[in-house]
Amino acid sequence: MSGRAGVEVSAAAYTLVCGLDRIPREGGVCALVDGAAVAVFRTYDDEVFALGNYDPFSRASVLARGIVGTRGEVPFVASPMHKQAFDLRTGQCLDDAAVRVPTYDVAVRDGAVLVGPARESPEEGT
Amino acid sequence: MSPHLRKTLVVVGHGMVGHRFVQAAIERGLTETHDVVVVGEEPRPAYDRVALTSFFEVGAEALSFLPDGEYDDPRVRLLLGTTVEELDPVQRTLRLSSGTEVAYDELVLATGAAPFVPPVPGHDLPGCFVYRTIEDLEAIRDAAAGARTGVVVGGGLLGLEAANALHGLGLETHVVEMAPRLMPVQVDDAGGATLARHVEALGLRLHTGVATRAVVGRDGRAASLDLGEETVEADVVVFSAGIRPRDALARAAGLDLAERGGVLVDEQCRTSDPHVWAIGECAAPAGRMYGLVAPGYAMAEVVVDALLGGPGSFTGADMSTKLKLMGVDVASFGDAFATTEGALELVLADAVAGVYKKLVVSEDGRRLLGGILVGDVSAYGVLRPMVSSGIELPANPEELILPAGRGGGEVALPDEAQVCSCNDVSKADIVAAAACDGTTRAGATCGSCKPLVKKVIEEYYAAQGRTVDRSLCEHFAMTRQELFDVVAVHGYTGFDEVVAAHGTGRGCDVCKPTVASVLASQLGQHVLDQGRATLQDTNDAYLANIQRNGTYSVVPRIAGGEITPEGLIVIGEVARDFGLYTKITGGQRIDLFGARMEQLPDIWRRLVDAGFESGHAYGKSLRTVKSCVGSTWCRYGVQDSVRMAIDLELRYRGLRSPHKLKGGVSGCARECAEARAKDFGIIATEKGWNLYVGGNGGATPAHARLLAGDLDDETLVRYLDRFLMYYIRTADRLQRTAPWIDSLEGGLDRVREVVVDDALGLGSELEAAMARHVAGYRDEWRDTLEDPDKLQRFVSFVNAPDVPDPHIGFRAERGQEVPAEPTGPVVLGTSIPVGAPR
Ligand code: SRM
Ligand SMILES: Cc1cc2nc3c(=O)[nH]c(=O)nc-3n(C[C@H](O)[C@H](O)[C@H](O)COP(=O)(O)OP(=O)(O)OC[C@H]3O[C@@H](n4cnc5c(N)ncnc54)[C@H](O)[C@@H]3O)c2cc1C
Ligand code: SF4
Ligand code: FES
Repeated sequence: MSGRAGVEVSAAAYTLVCGLDRIPREGGVCALVDGAAVAVFRTYDDEVFALGNYDPFSRASVLARGIVGTRGEVPFVASPMHKQAFDLRTGQCLDDAAVRVPTYDVAVRDGAVLVGPARESPEEGT
Repeated sequence: MSPHLRKTLVVVGHGMVGHRFVQAAIERGLTETHDVVVVGEEPRPAYDRVALTSFFEVGAEALSFLPDGEYDDPRVRLLLGTTVEELDPVQRTLRLSSGTEVAYDELVLATGAAPFVPPVPGHDLPGCFVYRTIEDLEAIRDAAAGARTGVVVGGGLLGLEAANALHGLGLETHVVEMAPRLMPVQVDDAGGATLARHVEALGLRLHTGVATRAVVGRDGRAASLDLGEETVEADVVVFSAGIRPRDALARAAGLDLAERGGVLVDEQCRTSDPHVWAIGECAAPAGRMYGLVAPGYAMAEVVVDALLGGPGSFTGADMSTKLKLMGVDVASFGDAFATTEGALELVLADAVAGVYKKLVVSEDGRRLLGGILVGDVSAYGVLRPMVSSGIELPANPEELILPAGRGGGEVALPDEAQVCSCNDVSKADIVAAAACDGTTRAGATCGSCKPLVKKVIEEYYAAQGRTVDRSLCEHFAMTRQELFDVVAVHGYTGFDEVVAAHGTGRGCDVCKPTVASVLASQLGQHVLDQGRATLQDTNDAYLANIQRNGTYSVVPRIAGGEITPEGLIVIGEVARDFGLYTKITGGQRIDLFGARMEQLPDIWRRLVDAGFESGHAYGKSLRTVKSCVGSTWCRYGVQDSVRMAIDLELRYRGLRSPHKLKGGVSGCARECAEARAKDFGIIATEKGWNLYVGGNGGATPAHARLLAGDLDDETLVRYLDRFLMYYIRTADRLQRTAPWIDSLEGGLDRVREVVVDDALGLGSELEAAMARHVAGYRDEWRDTLEDPDKLQRFVSFVNAPDVPDPHIGFRAERGQEVPAEPTGPVVLGTSIPVGAPR
C-alpha cells in the first residue's frame, strides 16, 4: 500500500514521522519507527513508500540515502553502497530474485507522513 | 512564318542570367517568332561567375558556358565586347558603343550588378581591384606576382572568397569588415565567431568592426590601408563591399527604379514600360534585389513564359545559402535571424569541434523557420525542406543538430587479460558471455572495471557488425557528450527538464549523477542547490565518502600536502573529540573516518573555523595535487614544486569532471611526487616545467605522456586550463584522462594540436571557461553550514535527529575505532525517546 494526500487511515499503530515537505521529491529520509530504521521515499508523482533502511548486501543501514528513479514502470531505489536496486512498492531486489527487504504501511494525512507496521508478506504493486 | 512578322528581341548583358534566358528562349520555341540579339559588354561569352575563383586553377576556358562563341540557333546573334549606351523606350531603339542603333520589339535587361567601391581616398589607385569578372582576376593575379601583402575590404561571402584567393596567390592576407562579424548578412554573432576561428586558423588576419579610411599610396600605387587605429600593409587591395544593380540605362530612360536601386518589375518581371523586361541582379521584383543566381534563373524562365503568353510569375525566392568557404561549410536559410514574432532559437555551439548550429523555431515549437549552420552543414538537406514545406517538427528538434556520437578508441587487450580483478573475469569470459547474450560478474563489486568492460563489449559487437548502443542507460539514448551538448543547447538547469525533453521515465543511479555532473560543470553552482541533492551519488549528496558501515570519512583539503603544525593540531583535536579513526592517505592528506552523518556539520564547523575547506575526496572533481619538497629544501630541486602544486590545487579545486582528476608536481627528474602517475603531472626542468598528461593508478595504470616541455609558469597554466576544459567537454562518463586521450582520433597528437598549437582556435574560450570556474569557486562545506535547508538533511532520523543509528557499531583496533562486524538490522526498545516530526 502506498499513501497519497487525503487517504483515510485506520486507527492502527501509525507513527507520525515528518511533514511530506520534509521528504525531497525522488529522495528519502530515514525515520525511527518502533525502534527500527525505516526508509521513507517520495516519488516524483508524490507517492510515498516505506522500506527497511537496512541494505542486506552491504549490511549497513543506508537505503534512505539511495537514488530514486524508475526501471521501466517500477519505482526503485538504488542502494548508495553498491547500487543494487529495490522495488519501492514491494521491497523486492531487482538484481537478485532471492533478496527482498521489508516494507511498511505508510499514509499521508494533512500533509503529514505516517508509517504503520511492517507488512507480513508484501503484496505486489499498488 | 513570313519574315516581316518576326519580331526582334534584344537582350542586354550576356552574363549568367542573360545566357540562361537565351537558352530557355531557344528551348521553348521563342526563337520561332523572334530574332534574338544579345549585346554583351565583356569580351567573352557568358561564363560561370559563381565558380569564378576556380579561374586561378582551371583557366577561363573551363568556366565558359559557350566555348564555341555562338548558340546552336542561327536566329540568335551575339555581339560581344559591345556596350549598350542608351535606351529610348519611346522609339524602342538602343544605341551601342559601336555607334550602331538597334531597334527592338521586346527588350530584356540582364545587366547584372557591379561591385560597390566605397569612395574612400585612394580607392582608384593602381593596385586596387574588384572581384567580379575574369579580367578582374587576371589583373589581380598579375599584381600579386610582385606583391607581398593583400587586403580585402569586406568580410561577406564574396570577400572571404576573394581573401582565400589572395592567400592562395601567396599574399599575407587581411580582411577588413565594418560589421562586428564576418558574413553579417547570413550568420549571427556566434556563427560569425565560429567562422572567424576557422578562417584565422587558415592563416588569414581579420579586422572586424573597422572602417577603411583611405587607401594610402606610395609611388603612385596602393601601399597600405588606413584603418584609423592601425595601418595595414597592402600591395593589393580588393574591394568586396557589396554590389549595386546596374540600372543606369533604365534610370536614364526614365523607367521606374526600386527605392534601394534595381529596375522595378512586376511579377512577370516587366518594367514600367510594357516592352521592357528586367531579370537577374539588375532587377528588383517587388522592390527587392536578389544577389544570387538561382532567383535570376527563375526570372529568366518567367519572362520567356510571359513572351509566350504563359502565366508564370516570380513571387520571391529562397535566399538560402549553403557553401563551402575555404573548406568551411556554411549554410544560412529561412528566417536565420529569428525576426518572426515569438521565434525561439536553439543553439549548439561546440567550440571544440568548430561547429555552430542554430535553429529558429516558431513560438509553439512546431515549425522550423530558419537556421544557421557553420562547420557542419550535414543537416541542411533535412532542415531546409522543413522550412519551405512547413512540415511539423519532431518532438526534440535539437536532435536535428546534435552531433552523432563520437566514437571510442580500441582496446588492444589479449583474450586472457583480466578485466575485472574483483571477480576474476577475463576479456575472453566477457566476450564469451556477450556472444550468447549472457552476463558475467564483472563490474559488480568495486565497479572500477566498468568502463573497460563496456569497451570490450562494444568492441565485440562492433566487430560483429552490430550497431553498438551507446546509451547512457534505459532513460537516455545518448552518450555523456551528447547530454553535455543537449544541456548546453537548451541551457537546462535541472534534471526534470532534461528527462522530460530527452529521456524516458524518472531516471536512475546512472543518469542522475551524470546530469548532476554536467550541470555542475556548466553552471558551477552548489551541488546541493535547487533539488539537485537527490541527483548526486551518495558521496556528493552528503559531501563526504560513505564507508562500509554507513558512516562517512572527512577529508579536508591540504593543498600540495603542505600543512602547518597548528593545522595538524586542529585536525588531531577534531579527530580526538569526535572519536574518528585517523589515517594519512595516499594523496598526501589526512582522512578522518567513522563520522556519523549527523556529526558531519559539527565536525566541519570546527574545521572551517580553523581555515580548512572541503577536499572534494567525494567528488568526481579535482582531488589532490601531490608535491615533493622541491627546490625549497631538496638539494636536487630545480624549481619550487610545492608552490606550483599548491597554486594548481587551489586553481582547479571543486572542478566537476567526468571522473576524478589528480595532479602531481616534482621538483626534478627524480620524480618523488610520482607526478607521471597522475592525470596531469609536472616535472621541473632547468628551464621551467615539463607537462605530462594522462596518467593514473587504479586497475589499468598508465604513465602520463609528455604534452609540452620547458614551459614557463604562465604557459603551463594556460595549457592545463585548456587541457582540463577540453577533457570535461568531451570525455565519456567515468572516463579518466588516459582512456579519453586514447579515444580521440589522433590521440595525444590531437590533444597537442588543440591545447598547444590551438589548431581549433578555441584556446581562449577554454581558458575563459576555466577563468569562470576559478572566479566562481566557493567552499561547499562553508556554504552548506550557512544554509539551514541544506543542513536539515544531516540527521540520523528525520523524527529523532540526535539519536544515533543503533545499527552502527565500532570496535577498537591498534588504539582506534574501526567498524564492527555488521549484524542484521538492530531494533531498539520502543522506550527510546522519539522526537516530534519536523
Ligand atoms: C583514502 C585513500 C586511500 C588511503 O588511505 O590512502 C583512497 C580511498 C579510496 N579510493 Fe583511492 N584512495 C586514495 C588514493 C588513491 C590513489 C593514490 C593517489 O591518489 O596518489 C590512487 C591511484 C592513483 C589514481 O587515482 O590513479 C587511487 C585509486 C583509486 C581508484 C582507481 C581509479 C582508476 O582510475 O582506476 C578508485 C576507484 C574509482 O575512483 O573509481 C579509488 C576509489 C577510492 C574510494 C573513494 C572508493 C570509494 O568510493 O569508497 C576510497 C574511499 C576514500 C574515502 O573514504 O575517503 N581510488 N586512490 C586515498 C585518498 C587520497 C586522497 O587524499 O584523496
Ligand atoms: C566571385 C563570385 C562568387 C559568387 N558565388 C555565388 C554563389 O555561390 N551562389 C550564387 O547564387 N551566386 C554567386 N555569385 C553571384 C552570381 O554570380 C550572380 O548572382 C549572377 O552572376 C547574376 O547574373 P546576372 O546575369 O544577373 O549578372 P552577371 O552575371 O553579372 O551578368 C551581367 C552581364 O551584363 C553585362 N552588362 C552590364 N551592363 C551592360 C550594358 N550596358 N551593355 C552590355 N552588357 C552589359 C555585364 O558586363 C555582365 O557580363 C557570385 C558572384 C561572384 C562574383
Ligand atoms: S623529485 Fe627531485 S626535487 Fe623533488 S624531492 Fe625528489 S629529488 Fe628532491
Ligand atoms: S568490480 Fe571489476 S575490478 Fe572491481
